[in-house]
Amino acid sequence: MSDMEIRSQLRAFILENYLFTDDQNALSDTQSFLKAGILDSMGILELIAFLEEELGVMVAPAEMVPENLDSIDNLMAFIVNRIPA
Amino acid sequence: MRDQYLDPELQLDLAFEADRITNFIRQSLAGTLHRRGLVVGLSGGIDSSVCAALAVRAIGPERVLGLMMPEADSSDDSRKLADVLVQHLGIEAQLEDITATLDGLDCYRRRDEAIRIALPEYQSDWKSKIVLSGASQGLINHFTVVAESPDGQRFEAALPLKAYLSIVAATNFKQRVRKTMEYFHADARNYAVVGTPNRLEYDQGFFVKNGDGAADIKPISHLYKSQVYAMARYLELPENICQTTPTTDTYSLPQGQDEFYFALPYEQMDLALLYKNQSRPAADLAKRLELDIAVAQRIYDDIEQKRKTTQYLHMSPLRLEAS
Repeated sequence: MSDMEIRSQLRAFILENYLFTDDQNALSDTQSFLKAGILDSMGILELIAFLEEELGVMVAPAEMVPENLDSIDNLMAFIVNRIPA
Repeated sequence: MRDQYLDPELQLDLAFEADRITNFIRQSLAGTLHRRGLVVGLSGGIDSSVCAALAVRAIGPERVLGLMMPEADSSDDSRKLADVLVQHLGIEAQLEDITATLDGLDCYRRRDEAIRIALPEYQSDWKSKIVLSGASQGLINHFTVVAESPDGQRFEAALPLKAYLSIVAATNFKQRVRKTMEYFHADARNYAVVGTPNRLEYDQGFFVKNGDGAADIKPISHLYKSQVYAMARYLELPENICQTTPTTDTYSLPQGQDEFYFALPYEQMDLALLYKNQSRPAADLAKRLELDIAVAQRIYDDIEQKRKTTQYLHMSPLRLEAS
């Protein structure tokens, strides 16, 4: 899967499940999910479940920090080299 | 009147406060709720004990009904403490064992199946609890299930989100069935139902919507947990009630509230919430609790995050006005 495809999959997950829209302008890649109120802590746990189940990226407890998970750009930096081939 | 055991920063005039609460109860019943008495669910814990004692002080023991609603996972101590309180206050009490109702709802089976997602070896006669961790280390809060077999062997496993949600959904039956029972007795007597959250629980959303969160009046939701203990001492409740340790009494293994929900033990959590409410910098809290500033800041962040996550629990159903 290319970086572009991964990014698009992550964006679609957030847009469809938390903003109920396919309008790409509703979410910027740098926007903080928590600060913008898009996700709460339960939403972040759902996001982690999505990473594990859909992308095969396992997240250890020590990695559950906002810097890894709190925006599309942060997510990309965290997972891009960890998706199983 | 001050309390010698209460932290100086949490001191309040207990005599004045007790009078203020009892006036509030009487005025609410007479002027707003129009009910003739109060139902209090008694867990044996400090919050429900203080609420019952304040109710008695406000309207007399003959107009207060105490309900004890144990189920299969309740500790024997809870029941004994509730009995002690009922005797002490001289109120009428009824015992409603809700185990069969919970069984009828498949509460225990649903919970056990969810636990087996994380711990396949788990058996229905084992004891269990959920433990929360993360906040004070700056991590997203996440959950572990701890189980104990009858021979005392302990097992622990990280809980996948679906399993965690299913366990909580199943155990929430307990608070909702209890509240249903409280309203049955309240309706049958034209009484109102007392909600027993303290300030930590109310502020941080540590309650089940339409379960223990439901009530007609919440007399101590403005008091920090340490202040509730001080009030218990002021009201001269029995010694063993004044010394109870807060537990959830929801899971079969003993579980402190700080393991399940709060980042710190209640004495420290009270101060953290007080400092946050007074807009004091994290450095002040760090100094007071002898923590790193970064840890104190993470506790502030966790308080804020819990407020946001649980905001909807406080809301009435959202609705539109007619156009």
